[in-house]
Amino acid sequence: MPDVFPPDTVRCDACPVLCYIKRGHAGACDRYANVEGQLVRVDPHILLDRAKSQGTPLVPFLEREGDWDGKIMKGQETFVTAIGAGTTYPDYKPAPFIVSSEVEGVDMVTVVTEGIFSYCGVKLKIDTDRHLGPERNLVRAQGEPVGHVTTAEYGSQMLSLGGVHHLTGGSKSEGRVTCETLLDLCNGKEVELTIDDGASVRVAAGKPPVVNGQREERMRVGCGSATIGMFAKQWFGKVDDVVVVDDHITGVLSEHQAGKLLGVRETGIAIQGRRSTPGRYFQVAEPGTGWGGTNISDPLTILKPFKPKFAWPHLRLLMVSTTGEQFAYYELDETLRPVEKELPEALRESVGRIRENCEPALTTVLFMGGAGGSLRAGVTENPVKLTDSVKRKLTRVTCGGAPAYIWPGGGITFMVDVTRMPENAFGYVPTPALVAPIEFTLKKGDYAVLGGHVDYVRPLADVLKEKERQRQLVSHAQNPWPLKPHAGGSES
Amino acid sequence: MREPAFIRMLPDGRRLHLHDGPIDLIIEADGPPQAISSAYEAAARRFVSILDELCRELPLLRTRAEKHSTRPRGAIARHMFAAVEPYGEDCFITPMAAVAGSVAEEILESMVGAASLERTYVNNGGDIALHLADRHSYKVGMVERPDRPSLFGSLEITTADPVRGIATSGWRGRSFSLGIADAVTVLADSASSADAAATVIANAVNLPDHPGITRVPASEISPDSDLGDLLVTRSVEPLSQLEIDAALENGLRAATLLREKGLIHSAALCLQKRVRVLPPSHALPASLSTDRFLKCVVCTPDGSSGPSAPEIPAELEPIGRTNPHA
Repeated sequence: MPDVFPPDTVRCDACPVLCYIKRGHAGACDRYANVEGQLVRVDPHILLDRAKSQGTPLVPFLEREGDWDGKIMKGQETFVTAIGAGTTYPDYKPAPFIVSSEVEGVDMVTVVTEGIFSYCGVKLKIDTDRHLGPERNLVRAQGEPVGHVTTAEYGSQMLSLGGVHHLTGGSKSEGRVTCETLLDLCNGKEVELTIDDGASVRVAAGKPPVVNGQREERMRVGCGSATIGMFAKQWFGKVDDVVVVDDHITGVLSEHQAGKLLGVRETGIAIQGRRSTPGRYFQVAEPGTGWGGTNISDPLTILKPFKPKFAWPHLRLLMVSTTGEQFAYYELDETLRPVEKELPEALRESVGRIRENCEPALTTVLFMGGAGGSLRAGVTENPVKLTDSVKRKLTRVTCGGAPAYIWPGGGITFMVDVTRMPENAFGYVPTPALVAPIEFTLKKGDYAVLGGHVDYVRPLADVLKEKERQRQLVSHAQNPWPLKPHAGGSES
Repeated sequence: MREPAFIRMLPDGRRLHLHDGPIDLIIEADGPPQAISSAYEAAARRFVSILDELCRELPLLRTRAEKHSTRPRGAIARHMFAAVEPYGEDCFITPMAAVAGSVAEEILESMVGAASLERTYVNNGGDIALHLADRHSYKVGMVERPDRPSLFGSLEITTADPVRGIATSGWRGRSFSLGIADAVTVLADSASSADAAATVIANAVNLPDHPGITRVPASEISPDSDLGDLLVTRSVEPLSQLEIDAALENGLRAATLLREKGLIHSAALCLQKRVRVLPPSHALPASLSTDRFLKCVVCTPDGSSGPSAPEIPAELEPIGRTNPHA
């Protein structure tokens, strides 16, 4: 090997081949090149094109077709994401791309890097009222523990998956399966999970969950009691009593606080189950796939006989489930027995409205990671200043252009909705750890103040010249444009 | 900053993409799902240490292989040496001439050892190792120029064929060539043998001292090239039909010789749109045709392209680099 090279030869240390690269040439991998005496990464790299008409329905991330002549896109309309940017981690080196652009008259800098996250996981919100498993029980994928059940939230069950203890603290195969599960969930793929002493679920970001083989379609509008509260006024005068059948809390209009306030006449209706407070009943039946998550197919089975002391002939009764999917209308005959009749037009609307207010049941996947470590060194020589700048909302954090929510407190611990990121934005390394894109955007002046690698800032136009290595995507219509100045540091 | 090896499934959910430094592999296995996942896992496990293994012996691997040369020690390095050894006395060749094929072969072996697969290919930038069980087959298309893709031939390889390695070499590729072939595609027993042979035959497709050919010492472009100051082809002007035929004839002579020695089964040589095919030996039913159906496409290593194997599902996608992030 020659000892003396021309002064503009660089030695690449991105891999152990350690190529000597002459000016204007690329290394053996064709991914690193010597541009003007500087080692530059020239990988395919995702750029976001600002959605031309924000707010219009737009298929997210339509790939730009054919040739791009560089003219269509104004400089400030392109955002360089970290997807495909590579990383200089764990070295104290400037991030692979530090890009400057002028936006609305303000000089902005975006520091772009892929991060390797050992401290990371996903938070799953599964829209279902079904019992998935006891809190704290293990969640398994391929038999390996990958997380646990946390809480039930309003209409949803929460799971926490991943985290450093599953990734690197357990057995090798636990780490591998955890990494695989996180990667699949973050990249939008379906994953099958089983919960100890609980259900088996198939989940994918932005898709309805499948619980024990059954696909969830809609969330309930609220519990039976809440439904009474929401619709009492619309029912008042049109019907004498309403029972909202719900596995959790079945509500009864005439006994409920909302009915009392309106002056609904007492009907003496008697319901199976355990009365909690007036008009609210627990355990009217067993859990199941019938009315309101119970095992009921005939709602009259939860009613005890009407008593002549309170009830009267022709009393009008509506029974409806918390999703509005099941409903029945009755009038009492002379012997006070309910006789099913056609739902009157006046009540049809309220039943429709219950249905309308039931949102589609989805699984939400939030990636959560800590960027508090040496990744910060790619941004600034004094890492704590980056943390500080993010906290003060001078620096905005995005992941593949999607807004990240930054946790208050120490470090840069962030969460991001993976469905707002471009497809397949995540990768992994065998450590095991996830590779996720992260971009820090701030004003150029602020970047200098926090000790940024200002000598490595390249104008956007420069980066765009490498277009052969780049892929242009249209930004997600719901994401705030990451380069917009003064938009604050974190946004969810 | 040693970048870690990169492992991911491509968006089609079927192919595995392994990437480390200059190594870029596209892998697809067919078989029961459990077998595929075991095989992919084995491939990934074997893959992560390969580049470091090779680099430990890099100076030796960049040295001309001759009878009395020091033998490298690593498993892949030994395959590389063995693949180029038959040529060592007759021409300048280093084990690096077989690096891509040898890596593909090693990964394929790790997969086949881990699971029972119907068929598998490991494509390392156009140098491909194949596994075929039972009565399975692959259809392979050949591309002369990665920058302007068009098929100059295709073939089907079945279990009955002895072919388990395919490699392509040419001056437009990522590695240097001493010759002027746009692409020489070779079928051999193994990917490492095919790789070495493709290099040798592509070097032989040549018109010495032709003024229309620009040649530059390899070291001028790449200071640490294993070819040192040898002149490598940088551009070729349009040639006359006679010149093209003469150059291809030189290559065919070399290819014929290699087949007589049992080093290859067949070869297709392409220069400025003209294709010459070494007629298949009697043992090789695989024949070149213009079939348009393709399962996997061989392509010359692409000098101008990005990081990844220019493996092209032709007819399905426009040619281009396989974006590892796509």
